Amino acid sequence: MSHEMNTVLGLYNYWIVIFLMMTGFYVVIAKGNLVKKIIGLNLFQISVFLLYLSMGKINGGTTPIYPDKSFFADLQDQSSTMPVYSHPLPSVLILTAIVVGIATTALALALIVRIHEAYGTIEEDEILLQDQEA
Amino acid sequence: MADSNAAQLIVILLLALLGATAITIARMRQLWAAVMLTGVFSFLGAGWMLILDAPDVAFTEAAVGAGISTFLMLATLGLTSREAKPPAAFKPAPLVVVIVTGCALVYGTLDMPYYGDPDGHIHAYPDPSYIVKTNGDNGDPNDSEGEIKLPNVVTAILASYRGYDTFGETTVILTAGVGVILLLRRERRTTEQPEPPSADADRGGPA
Repeated sequence: MSHEMNTVLGLYNYWIVIFLMMTGFYVVIAKGNLVKKIIGLNLFQISVFLLYLSMGKINGGTTPIYPDKSFFADLQDQSSTMPVYSHPLPSVLILTAIVVGIATTALALALIVRIHEAYGTIEEDEILLQDQEA
Repeated sequence: MADSNAAQLIVILLLALLGATAITIARMRQLWAAVMLTGVFSFLGAGWMLILDAPDVAFTEAAVGAGISTFLMLATLGLTSREAKPPAAFKPAPLVVVIVTGCALVYGTLDMPYYGDPDGHIHAYPDPSYIVKTNGDNGDPNDSEGEIKLPNVVTAILASYRGYDTFGETTVILTAGVGVILLLRRERRTTEQPEPPSADADRGGPA
C-alpha cells in the first residue's frame, strides 16, 4: 500500500469527525432559528466526543475492564493472553463532558422558552428588529 | 484480519450515516424532524463509541444525548414554534469561515497518530501499570492490595481518582437545574397574572 493510501486510511476518522464538527458549526453561525442553533451546538458537541474517543482506540484492543482471578489462572496455563486495553482516560473525560453538555442545553432551551415568551418569536433577525424598534 | 476488516467496514458505514444525518439536519426547516434526526445522530454516535471500546460513554450518550436532550428539545418546540423561517438570501461568509476552520483542523491532524495505532504517543502515557494498581487483583497472592478494587478502570478513575471532577459535574447540573427552574417560574408568574380570562376563552383551540 502506498504512503498516501496509508495516511488516508489512518486519518479518515479524524477527517469525518472534523466534517461533522464543521456542519454543526455552520448550523450555529448561519441559521437564524434559536432551536436550530442549539441543534447545531449538539452536533458539534457529539463530534468532539467522537474525536476524543477515536484517539483512545487501539487496534485489537478491548474495553478497559480488569479480568478476575480465574482469568489469571488461565493465563498461567497459557490458555489465554493478557488483553490490550483501549485508553480509559478519554472515556472518563467525555462522560463528564456529556453531562455538562446536557446541563448547558437545558439552560439554553429554558432561555429560548423565555425569549419566545417576551418576543413572540425564536428567529434571531426578528428579535434584533424588535430590539431596534424599541 | 478478516474480523478487523469487517469492523472497519462497519465504522465506514456508521461514519457515512453520521455525515448524511448531519447534512440533512443542517438543511431541514421542520424543527420537529430535525430534533428527531439529532436523536438518530446521537444513537449512531453511540454505536461508534461502542466500537471504540467506550461502552460507558455509549450508554450515557444513548440515554442523555438521544433520550433526555431530544425530550427537552421537543418540549421546547411544544412551547415555541415548530418550523423555522424560510432562509433569507444565501450568505457566503459562514461557509467560508467553516471551510477555513475545517482546513486548519485537517492540517492539524496530519501530525496525529493513525487510527488505532498502538505506538501512538497517546497510548504511551500514563504508564499502563496504573490499570493493575487500580484493581490490584492480578492473581498473585504476594502482590499488594489494589487502590480502588473496581474492575472497571473508567469507573475507578471517574468515581475515585477524579472524584472532585465528578463532584464539580454534579454542581454544574444543580446550577443548571436551579437556572431552568428560575427562568421557567418567572415565565409562569408573568403569564398567569394578566391572562386568566383569555386562557379560558382560548381553551377550545389547539394547545
